Amino acid sequence: MDFGFIRESIPLYVDAALLTARIALIGILLSGMIGFICCIIRVMRIPVLRQAAAAYIELSRNTPLLVQLFFLYFGLPRVGIVLSSEACAVIGLAFLGGSYMAEAFRSGMDAVSKVQIESGLSLGMKPMQVFFHIMLPQAVTTSIPVFCANIIFLIKETSVFSAVALADLVFVAKDLIGISYRTDEALLMLVIAYLILLLPISIICSLIERRVRYAEFGNAGVVSGH
Amino acid sequence: MQSLGMQVLFQGTNFLRLLQGLWVSLKIAVISMALSILLGIFLGIIMNSKKKWVKALCRIYLEIVRIMPQLVLLFLVYFGASKHLGMNLSGELSAVIVFTFWGTAEMGDLVRSALISIPKHQYESGYALGMTERQVFLRIIIPQTIRRLIPSIMNLLTRMIKTTSLVVLIGVVEVVKVGKQIIDASRFTTPSAAFWVYGMIFFLYFAVCFPFSKAAAILERKLRD
Amino acid sequence: MKESSILQINHLKKSYEDGLAVLKDVSFSMEKGEVVVIVGPSGCGKSTFLRCLNLLESVDSGEILLNGKDILKDRKEAYAVRQKIGMVFQSYELFPHMTILENVVLAPCLVQKREKAQAVLEAEKLLERVGLLEKRDAYPRQLSGGQKQRAAIVRSLIMHPELLLLDEITAALDPEMVREVLQVVLELARDGMTMLIVTHEMEFARAVADRVIFMDGGCIVEENAPEEFFQYPKSERAKQFLNTFHYEALEI
Repeated sequence: MDFGFIRESIPLYVDAALLTARIALIGILLSGMIGFICCIIRVMRIPVLRQAAAAYIELSRNTPLLVQLFFLYFGLPRVGIVLSSEACAVIGLAFLGGSYMAEAFRSGMDAVSKVQIESGLSLGMKPMQVFFHIMLPQAVTTSIPVFCANIIFLIKETSVFSAVALADLVFVAKDLIGISYRTDEALLMLVIAYLILLLPISIICSLIERRVRYAEFGNAGVVSGH
Repeated sequence: MQSLGMQVLFQGTNFLRLLQGLWVSLKIAVISMALSILLGIFLGIIMNSKKKWVKALCRIYLEIVRIMPQLVLLFLVYFGASKHLGMNLSGELSAVIVFTFWGTAEMGDLVRSALISIPKHQYESGYALGMTERQVFLRIIIPQTIRRLIPSIMNLLTRMIKTTSLVVLIGVVEVVKVGKQIIDASRFTTPSAAFWVYGMIFFLYFAVCFPFSKAAAILERKLRD
Repeated sequence: MKESSILQINHLKKSYEDGLAVLKDVSFSMEKGEVVVIVGPSGCGKSTFLRCLNLLESVDSGEILLNGKDILKDRKEAYAVRQKIGMVFQSYELFPHMTILENVVLAPCLVQKREKAQAVLEAEKLLERVGLLEKRDAYPRQLSGGQKQRAAIVRSLIMHPELLLLDEITAALDPEMVREVLQVVLELARDGMTMLIVTHEMEFARAVADRVIFMDGGCIVEENAPEEFFQYPKSERAKQFLNTFHYEALEI
């Protein structure tokens, strides 16, 4: 192990980690939005859009991110649509994550019982009011573990961005292996970088999941709806 | 012009080569999956053990798999092992090792939660009928566990197949690599080849994964009713 | 139809998608302040009938007149109609993500646009009346079944409904909690609340009803005063039904 080399290469990894984190953040936020929109379309049974959303979800869930990225980055320019590496990465991650988030919302919505909706209606509430005041808060709470798993999954998926020439963590590691043959140091740093990026998130998620599972509403006052 | 571009897919043996490339990925996925199921059932039973250190070890293993991207694991095995163990692991073998390592953890967790999701009454009513522990496990618990596991296994398989696309990054000649070769070869004759080839690979993956995930969804719905 | 009829139902018919008829030509009317109890075997259509009145089920044909106005005519009015017809469900259906007080004031604020402070004041008064004031900030999970059902009744009452529908509200309760809920209903009856009640509690039906309706196979088979119905039922089917509540040692 050459610790001098490791120290020198730290700034490279920090830059790469920041880039990964930034793209992951934007991509995950967009995923959440896409998922939410798909969820509204489904619950409100909007024709045409509903079929389109279902088709998108199937396409996105049944193809690898790497192939999606290759198509965006190498394929689209051939028909005149040129996207930067970063744009490809964000679009790819949002395209992939949107369907996972949509499924998370869906499973939460399905868990809301029909009578809950009816009891909202029987109080004179309109469908939109039932959706926002009764279904959504319950759906989001029951789906918290799935949202957490999705966030971790999407951050992990960012590791393929190097394939579209984005200077992310894997890109840096591969560079160091190729140029200076410092395989051990480069790989060690790569593992540490992902640990620093993901371990805290994973721990926080486990804590939240445990609380949701055992407390639900009211027992510990953790997830109070309002 | 566009119809010309599309023809690149069917020139010579191009399409056949793509399918052969896909077969390489699928082979890796299926072998890893089979190993994962075997080892995962074993792991799942161990994870329900009451011994503290067994539990702790399992947790660490699961946490590593949970947070390390599969690509990083691939690099560790492919680049790391070849250097330290002095043997040159092929890309395919590295991939099978990594995907089995990953799949076993996923499978173990599935088996564990399927086992604990069987209500205690099911054991008790078996005992109440005078069945032995072994009979209860084989005749009552295992069949129910398998029913619950099948959709999850199929979902894991589609994820496995999707993840095999990563092996192109450690030099395995699979469908994406074959696609690249086709694109390079037709660089001057068909400039739009990349669009069609990657588009086709996209749909090939879809065509393979969709039936499994659809079947899993249908089975899950059946189980719920 | 009398002047004071609050609810008048004419020839209500409904069948499920598979063609099975649930309601075969149901007609009846209710006066203001009257308490009507519907009894009958499971699957006789009594719950479906109640759900139709709150427009939770679609209807094939017939009229439902609320204060002389057909509520089936204009589905857009459903939200206005439901404010006038309260409903309490078997499984309470309090909203789990809100405290009891939030559950009660949600609809007045959201649907009737009443002022929050005023709604809270009334909610507290109603909760006190059913003995739940100290539970105002608790979540539904922390309440017993009987407490949840009392809170659900309050949630309907605060809307000032002209008619209250109670759909087997004690069927999911442990026996020792049935009484505290039925007590609340008895008090409402005494105060002149118009109620249409589906129940399996025959003793309670007898105590609270002004009139008993016996349904079977999607039809109203018998309408009678409670004393009459429980002692001398007119129809053979009602006799059989009431007999199922008596256990006699098997003669060997």
